[in-house]
Amino acid sequence: MTERIIEFREALNEALHEEMERDASVFIMGIDVGQYGGVLKVSKGIYERFGPLRAVDTPISEEGFTGMGVGAALAGLRPVVELMYIDFSCLAMEPIINQAAKARYIFGGKANVPLVIRTQGGGGRGNAAQHSQSLEAVYAHIPGLIVVQPATPKDAKGLLKSAIRNDNPVIFIEHKLLYNTKGPVPEGEYLIPLGVADVKRPGSDVTIVASSRMVLFALNAAEKLAGEGIHAEVLDIRTLKPLDMETIGDSVRKTHRLVIVSEGARSGGFAAEVMARAYEEVFDYLDAPIVRVTAEDVPLPYNERLELAALPSEQKIIDAVHGLF
Amino acid sequence: MPEALFLEMYRAMLLIRLFEEQARDLFMKNMMRGATHSYIGEEAIAVGVCAALDRADTITSTHRGHGHCLAKGGDPRQMMAELLGRATGYCKGKGGSMHIADLDLGILGANGIVGGGISLAAGAAFAAKYRGDGAVCACFFGDGAINQGSFHETANMAGLWKLPLIYVCERNLFAEFSYSDRYFADQDLTKRAIPFGFPGVEIDGNDVLAVYQAAQEAIARARRGEGPTLMVANSYRIMGHTIGDPLTYRVKGEVDQWQDSLHDPILRFRRYLLAEQGFSESRLAELESEVSTEIDAAVQFALGSPEPELFTLWEDVLGGNPDD
Repeated sequence: MTERIIEFREALNEALHEEMERDASVFIMGIDVGQYGGVLKVSKGIYERFGPLRAVDTPISEEGFTGMGVGAALAGLRPVVELMYIDFSCLAMEPIINQAAKARYIFGGKANVPLVIRTQGGGGRGNAAQHSQSLEAVYAHIPGLIVVQPATPKDAKGLLKSAIRNDNPVIFIEHKLLYNTKGPVPEGEYLIPLGVADVKRPGSDVTIVASSRMVLFALNAAEKLAGEGIHAEVLDIRTLKPLDMETIGDSVRKTHRLVIVSEGARSGGFAAEVMARAYEEVFDYLDAPIVRVTAEDVPLPYNERLELAALPSEQKIIDAVHGLF
Repeated sequence: MPEALFLEMYRAMLLIRLFEEQARDLFMKNMMRGATHSYIGEEAIAVGVCAALDRADTITSTHRGHGHCLAKGGDPRQMMAELLGRATGYCKGKGGSMHIADLDLGILGANGIVGGGISLAAGAAFAAKYRGDGAVCACFFGDGAINQGSFHETANMAGLWKLPLIYVCERNLFAEFSYSDRYFADQDLTKRAIPFGFPGVEIDGNDVLAVYQAAQEAIARARRGEGPTLMVANSYRIMGHTIGDPLTYRVKGEVDQWQDSLHDPILRFRRYLLAEQGFSESRLAELESEVSTEIDAAVQFALGSPEPELFTLWEDVLGGNPDD
């Protein structure tokens, strides 16, 4: 398949265009997603192509319009709701957690909730504590939600298309510092399945599990470690829930060492979940304790020096790997 | 109005009343878990509104939702089985009293969150507008829920986009364990529609015909594309917030007047049918007997139904056709 180099945001934009062309029940909804094209420009051109009924500009009422997305999904549409920052999803937790996540189960399996919530997560841009959170672990904690965190433009497009076609609520978290990144994206139609991890770099000495922007950190770290003769395998989990433990387990059985990188705060974070699962399932294959590289347990500070100190980094990953040998 | 419709309304109200009496008794006998919320005394609201809806129209309901579900055509057998947590229940025993839904009948679910159904209703109304199918959504909620942000946020959007939505505020005078009037800056709840540009109407929620007529007007307006209406239906919550509520917050004796033949919605309608519509005592008694038999059968069905198999615990967390 021919590939082009395009931006992460363009890849998402293509996914929206293609799915909306394919299925008339798909529409987008959120703050400034229509006429303005989205604050992240992910929905650029959608309003012009599909009109105001399918590119719905909403008032700043996150609980209200997210709940409307849930209701529209229950009524058979396929809403793609944009929450501008994942921090704002706190305003919409009621419809997400109490309604969308539970409708299928509590209605005895009779309800589909084909809702995608696209949102921007992560720090590193000086947006301070209310615009920089990594709340993926919060949503991964909730049964009934699928949680996706793409790291590359190719994955972003293929995963978003799969998310839109999925009959369950999907929290689709895009890192704010990935929108401008570029990468090869196939021409034409393709899907990337939810719930399947991807080996982004094969290796034999240590497994580094990451998602979203942390995958790029892990790849850079792996490149440097290779110069020292340590061959790290980088696994991009892509979907936090359901988690592809099979791929993680296969890798650890090969490398016998595991480092988990997660941008969320340390306590109760997603790295802790992967660590626990690995101890439960592949403990006997480990030659060293599992190590996690996470954000510090602090609200993310504004000052660049402080923020960088709070977040995982390439160097912190390298240091963590060194500690295993 | 055709004779059959009078009888159907009477039958539906009675069905709800007898269902709720059975639910109360089963709860008091410790045969139900958790909590259950009784719709006794408010039957005319659900029945009046749902009688004006078509099958393709949707409703959202509340924690006090049995009445809405029955009024929209829900099956009392599957409902009662769900109350008892049985495999034959609407939710296979996983939802219980507060989560009964029947999507085929347009019942988008009872809801355990006060105000939780309101934004879902706006979404269903949006879906109707999106498809242009002429359907409307009736959104039931209490006078406690009208203070939630979900009401104000979606009322703005529903007014802005002229969604085919009927807000049905059941003013039963209580917000959980308080008189709700303690929490309104202005006691006239119809004014809550004014800033959002749609009409708010106050009706006697214990007069099923008044509810029906107001609902017809609101539904017609919604189908014409003119947007939502807020109906404030005055009524009284005969039972407590939940069954077993000690009611320490309620003025003693107040409930009695709401249960007399001038106030109780079913007794009132019965009197009207006899005196104004010429139905015979025997015709109504026959109907009453039929409904009683139907509810008894529902209870027997529920009691005779199996518990869910343990393996179902893990079913239906996710599902559907991921790659249709």
